[in-house]
Amino acid sequence: MITDYSAVKSSSTMRRRSLLIEGAIVVAIALLILFGAPILLTAIGQEFRINMLGRFMTLAIAALGVDLIWGYTGMLSLGHGIFFSLGGYALAMFLQLQPEGELPEFFTLYGVTELPWFWQPFHSLPFTLAALVCIPALIAALLGYLVFRNRIRGVYFSILTQASLIVFFNFFNSQQKLINGTNGLKTDTTKIFGVYAGSDQVQSVFYALTVILLLLAYMLCRWLTSGRIGKLLVAIRDDESRVRFSGYDPTGFKVLVFAVSAGLAGIAGALYTVQSGIISPKTMDIAFSIEMVIWVAVGGRASLVGAILGALTVNFAKSILSEQFPEIWLFFQGALFLVVVTVLPGGFVGWLRTEGQDLFRSLIGRPRRVMTYPSLAEDPEVEYERQNLRN
Amino acid sequence: MLTSLLDGLFDGISIGSVLLLAALGLAIVFGLMGVINMAHGELMMIGAYTTFVVQNAFKSFGKPWFGAYIFVALICAFLVTALLGLVLERGVIRHLYGRPLETLLATWGVSLILRQFVRSVSWVMVLGLGVFCVLYFGAMTIISRMPNVEKIRGWARIVLLPLSAGIAWAAGSMLGQTYQLAATKPWFGAQNVDVTAPGWLRKGIKLGTYQLPYVRLFILVLTIVCIIGMYMFLQRSAWGLRIRAVTQNRSMSACLGIPTKRVDALTFAIGSGLAGVAGCAVSLLGSVGPNTGQNYIVDTFMVVVVGGVGKLVGSIVAAMAIGIANYMIGANALSPLVSWFPQLAGILEFFANASMAKVLVFALIVTFLQFRPAGIFPQKGRMVDA
Repeated sequence: MITDYSAVKSSSTMRRRSLLIEGAIVVAIALLILFGAPILLTAIGQEFRINMLGRFMTLAIAALGVDLIWGYTGMLSLGHGIFFSLGGYALAMFLQLQPEGELPEFFTLYGVTELPWFWQPFHSLPFTLAALVCIPALIAALLGYLVFRNRIRGVYFSILTQASLIVFFNFFNSQQKLINGTNGLKTDTTKIFGVYAGSDQVQSVFYALTVILLLLAYMLCRWLTSGRIGKLLVAIRDDESRVRFSGYDPTGFKVLVFAVSAGLAGIAGALYTVQSGIISPKTMDIAFSIEMVIWVAVGGRASLVGAILGALTVNFAKSILSEQFPEIWLFFQGALFLVVVTVLPGGFVGWLRTEGQDLFRSLIGRPRRVMTYPSLAEDPEVEYERQNLRN
Repeated sequence: MLTSLLDGLFDGISIGSVLLLAALGLAIVFGLMGVINMAHGELMMIGAYTTFVVQNAFKSFGKPWFGAYIFVALICAFLVTALLGLVLERGVIRHLYGRPLETLLATWGVSLILRQFVRSVSWVMVLGLGVFCVLYFGAMTIISRMPNVEKIRGWARIVLLPLSAGIAWAAGSMLGQTYQLAATKPWFGAQNVDVTAPGWLRKGIKLGTYQLPYVRLFILVLTIVCIIGMYMFLQRSAWGLRIRAVTQNRSMSACLGIPTKRVDALTFAIGSGLAGVAGCAVSLLGSVGPNTGQNYIVDTFMVVVVGGVGKLVGSIVAAMAIGIANYMIGANALSPLVSWFPQLAGILEFFANASMAKVLVFALIVTFLQFRPAGIFPQKGRMVDA
């Protein structure tokens, strides 16, 4: 059997080239945000927005995680606040312990003289860094395994995640003697490597760290979703039973992707905590976790860029609207939920991909695109496979 | 020891009966349409506010009539929330059929709007909304009668929406200008409001050392009446038969000529109405605020998940079990039973407050779902997804 591999090879070099171009664009945007945005915002006299941008970018990391499980795999988690807060608490506990040998201040208020056992490992930085990813991921994996193993999915899964959110909220909210309950842990007056965490120096380091981690998170999600796993995730979303009948066990993949998503939320929570100066059970509100979903929905589900854009736009809209007219924000948010779900199910990016392109084409007088099989037939790889399968 | 256990049992049952009343509507709707209504708690809240309004209206009637307001309030709460549910179903949920996760998000949006609406509703706002609805929907009805409907509908929407919104806003602000504070002052505001139970509900029966409040008994009776009513409706009436048929197999029922859309609308309205009744009951237990509904949603969802969607019995058992477990653990009523085993008693002590009890109950629910993933009484079927 003689086959011509050159067509396949040229397609793979082309793919590599387009990947390179995409990578260059993404890195360029990241550099622009890293260096350009602070200069620009300082120039127009809105310095406080730099911190805001930094915080919203951490939320974008969490949004990437939500997109991974909801946009691609079709599991609506209403409990991502758990993982976000766990990451935040992990880092805050490390910071609270920072001048070595001292007990955090709030413990004395409740008459606790000895550090609770689970605080002990947070003396070490490497453990903390590992914990703020691994603890959320492990908890998600455990919960996910128990739920997915029984083929609990859809609305049931959403409700269970919401219930576990309430459970964690109750636990953190009521245990004053262990983690300062409702008041949460403050980080801006703690020291990190001898410098106050609230100082400009540390804040700008964390801004840069946020941009870099957002880039890395994007790359991770891009890699996950573009390969075979990505195809499998979409298949699970579209018809899980059929995936099962094809010989795959979706449980493992669902657990994996849920854990990855939780890990991302953990990182996001840690970065957010330092930049906002406090972590409290408030981030385990029911509302906050559902808001994460709406960021993704507005930007466009099953689109990583959409998730990031959605998180940034919705949060800026929220901060601006609630500064100006606080009572309108809830109406606006409610309407956002309704409109996005009923009119724009694909979000902004989804609209750009379909209706937006058609609109643009009709404006410049070109005919509409048609999705037909010829576009498949032109793909040399598909052609190659087809010929080989027939023989 | 036995009396404290009995006390705990009764308190648990009375918490469970509130839960059951709240979850009943949710369970029926979930069974029929596979839709979780996140605004269910807010519908309860609206029911509670309706009770508050009715109570204020009866205050002007004087003493002898005041005691009976609760019955009028129950009916009013049912009607108001049922109407709201009908609007919700016709306006939003109907378009999202077959997409349960999206429905969940949309109803969350509705719940946000309702919460803020209760806070800031005033005469200006009501008038503005009324003018907007009359103008917009009136114009759309006129347009839909025109011969070239399909062509102009899109443009008509784009033109009419801002136009009627602008007119409504202008009318509202004009009213606000003329009547000043009387028209712009919110009806309820962000503060909680208090519903005073009628005099005959404020006493209680003495059982030994234990006081059995009439309010709790009233709620228990109300729950039983609602359950029996729902049971009779579902089992004996023609529409109940249709609802059961659609719950079992939607496409088959549609083939047999059952108007599934009307069944959906009716069921949603009844489910919402039950939420209103539950809200009326809840308002007797404590003060009511815009966020009252939030306290109930997760617990009621748990009732639905544990109970399964097949039968009413599932919800009853689940609500009672969760209510009793919550109370028993929260009030530490079980620790005398295990006093011979100090470690276990210590663990129970740790969970012995209302919020930690929820933690343990949830752990028990997840454990339970390992054995019965589809709840106590699952819907039986041969479908892959069933």
